Amino acid sequence: MTKISTKQTGTTRRGALKTLAAGAAATSLPLWARYAQAQTSEPIRVGFQMHRTGIGAAYGRWYDRTTEAAARLINEAGGINGRPLEIVVEDDGTDPKRGAEVVEKFATQHNCDVGYGTLFSHVVAGSAPRAGELKLPYFVVSEGHHVASGALNRYTVQPGITDVKSQVQAMAPFVASNLGKKVTMIFPDYAFGHDHRDFFSAAIEAQGGEVVAKLAIPPTETSFTKYFPKIPRETEVIYHVMVGPAVLTFVKEMGEFFGPSRPEIFGFIDSLEAVDISSPGLEFLEGTYFWEGMPRYAQAEQSPYDKFYREHVGVDDKGASLSDAKDVSTYAHMFGCWETLFVIKAGMEAAGYQGPQDRPALIEAVEAMTEMPYSNEHPQGAKVFNGKTHQVFGPQYISKLEGGMLKVQHTTSIEDGYYPDEVDYTKMSF
Amino acid sequence: MSDRAKVLALHGGLLVLLFALQFVLPAYHHGNLARIMVLASFAVGYNVMFGYAGLLSLGHALFFAAGMYGMGLAVQHGGAAPVPGLLAGIAAALAVSLAVGLLALRTAGVGFMIVTLMFAQAGYLTILYFGTYTRGDEGLVLQQAQRVLWGIDLTQPGTRYFAALLLFAVCVLATLAMVRAPFGKVLIAIRENEERARMLGYDVFRYKLAAVVISGVISGLAGAVYGLLFGYVGATFASVQYSIFPLLWVLLGGAGTVLGPFVGTLFMFYLIDLSSAVTSAYMLVAGVALVLLTLFAPQGLVGEIRDRIWRWLP
Repeated sequence: MTKISTKQTGTTRRGALKTLAAGAAATSLPLWARYAQAQTSEPIRVGFQMHRTGIGAAYGRWYDRTTEAAARLINEAGGINGRPLEIVVEDDGTDPKRGAEVVEKFATQHNCDVGYGTLFSHVVAGSAPRAGELKLPYFVVSEGHHVASGALNRYTVQPGITDVKSQVQAMAPFVASNLGKKVTMIFPDYAFGHDHRDFFSAAIEAQGGEVVAKLAIPPTETSFTKYFPKIPRETEVIYHVMVGPAVLTFVKEMGEFFGPSRPEIFGFIDSLEAVDISSPGLEFLEGTYFWEGMPRYAQAEQSPYDKFYREHVGVDDKGASLSDAKDVSTYAHMFGCWETLFVIKAGMEAAGYQGPQDRPALIEAVEAMTEMPYSNEHPQGAKVFNGKTHQVFGPQYISKLEGGMLKVQHTTSIEDGYYPDEVDYTKMSF
Repeated sequence: MSDRAKVLALHGGLLVLLFALQFVLPAYHHGNLARIMVLASFAVGYNVMFGYAGLLSLGHALFFAAGMYGMGLAVQHGGAAPVPGLLAGIAAALAVSLAVGLLALRTAGVGFMIVTLMFAQAGYLTILYFGTYTRGDEGLVLQQAQRVLWGIDLTQPGTRYFAALLLFAVCVLATLAMVRAPFGKVLIAIRENEERARMLGYDVFRYKLAAVVISGVISGLAGAVYGLLFGYVGATFASVQYSIFPLLWVLLGGAGTVLGPFVGTLFMFYLIDLSSAVTSAYMLVAGVALVLLTLFAPQGLVGEIRDRIWRWLP
């Protein structure tokens, strides 16, 4: 009876479910295939985490223009893997909490393939954990040392701009041999300033120099006159890196303090990004030196790559917008967006990227990158990418302000910025 | 149905609804709601002081950050597991709120606002000053391995949501019990007429100090949980805007109502999220919404409901 019954039903409940599932799959196959076809012609979505508002707004505006220009070029050349590139912009308010929310939005609402374009270190630090958890490749353009220090995760990479440790270290040989060996550092009293303090102190000592005073300026300070008397008389070089609107007051008060007899002065252009160097009050900077990520002024021996890049982003020979000469760019940093977008393209092409399932392959493809030649895609200079630390290395520029124009005096080698690896992200799992 | 039953049904119903929502919400809103519940817990803490005791603080970011950094530093530098980390966060918030309460409660009204604001600013600058340990403005990133609680990975969406719900439920139920207990009634009495409460024999200073400490500890707990769930401990959370946010959330939702902080946080979060997709002036939209609510619903959303429909709302 039992046997007959078994024969009559023919299948178990599990077997019936399997048959139903197989049948359902078979009938849906054409639709399924059509969907796959549709998906491959869908755009590649890059979520651009933009500092549209907040303290980073000036940078954000130019990061946006650079991104648009690079995306336009990529699309004109056929997109990525035959698919158009779409930039999805979300404002993070230059705030780490909102930054993390924006990353979540890219991953789970906009269905972006990657996140990209963050500058400010605290926004990167706040957002990167969520990018890692959501397994969203996160290409930052921050110059912070947070990536190469090992603080972040396998999904966070910085392939388009060098980090502050590399930049600062590469400055020391020039400063020690051309400007002086006894340095007083003036820096903002927070993480960015502390990075300069720590990395430069070590680098100048390695060159036989020394930091004779370290003046940390609280971020709320609006007047600096009380700090200048603390500069030791033996100082040969003042190294300054100030950020924010107070920089104009800083320079003016420094000029009033020293008058015509001043030590050599070396600064990071971060202080004066998006600021017209010929603004009233900045006259005192004439004859001083600056680090520049990429020379703001078109040089006499301008490379064809800089010319190409400058034209496409819409920047004149003085580093201002072609449509408004008063709208000065953040030229020393924004190339990072351009280069990063081309790295994303190259990485996706190397990985045969089709969709989110290929995100680990994309990361591995980027990690496998090494040399990036000086080209239209890398107009700032040739680069070497370190897949273990997820950080790119490249040349730095030292310019002198002469006649109201920044003229390049020295270009460092890529090797000047090397330091021992502090992490191996490739050993982390996906 | 008695008022007590209605209160329990409404608050219990909300918690059940939040529990059920995790199974149906799309991924984006699922993540948002987890974050909102943690931030709403911060607002619940703020509401204890502002809504019930009538103490308008402009420095609550200090308590949120005390909990966050108490936890973060213990985990990052002390190698603490999440539970000892959370306890360190609570202890830090307790110590800070007790100290601030003892000093700030010597003032009242505008003086109290300014003193709390100054304390919070001092706290923010202290975090920047000790950059060697706190990494200043950049903050600390907590790795996944540091965020595993009793074998439960808090970086997973499901566990994160559940942890946020647990925190929110504890905060709401504790506040509900508090405001319905004699202690809560005394706080309301102090808010309504401090002199009369004093003349009735209540030690007003002690009650207000207790309100500051309870408020600070709830806010600190929210800060510690936020850091654990989202993997980041940063000085921004100690800045003045994070003192203003809970005030706005509570004002929007309804000061002196148990559910107001949650409603205000939810409303504000989605107002910013949706309007930022349309305009870069999204904070202006938030400002206009606040002005309109102040004009037409001065008691906040839940406060208006209490005034007009459900007078039994706590």
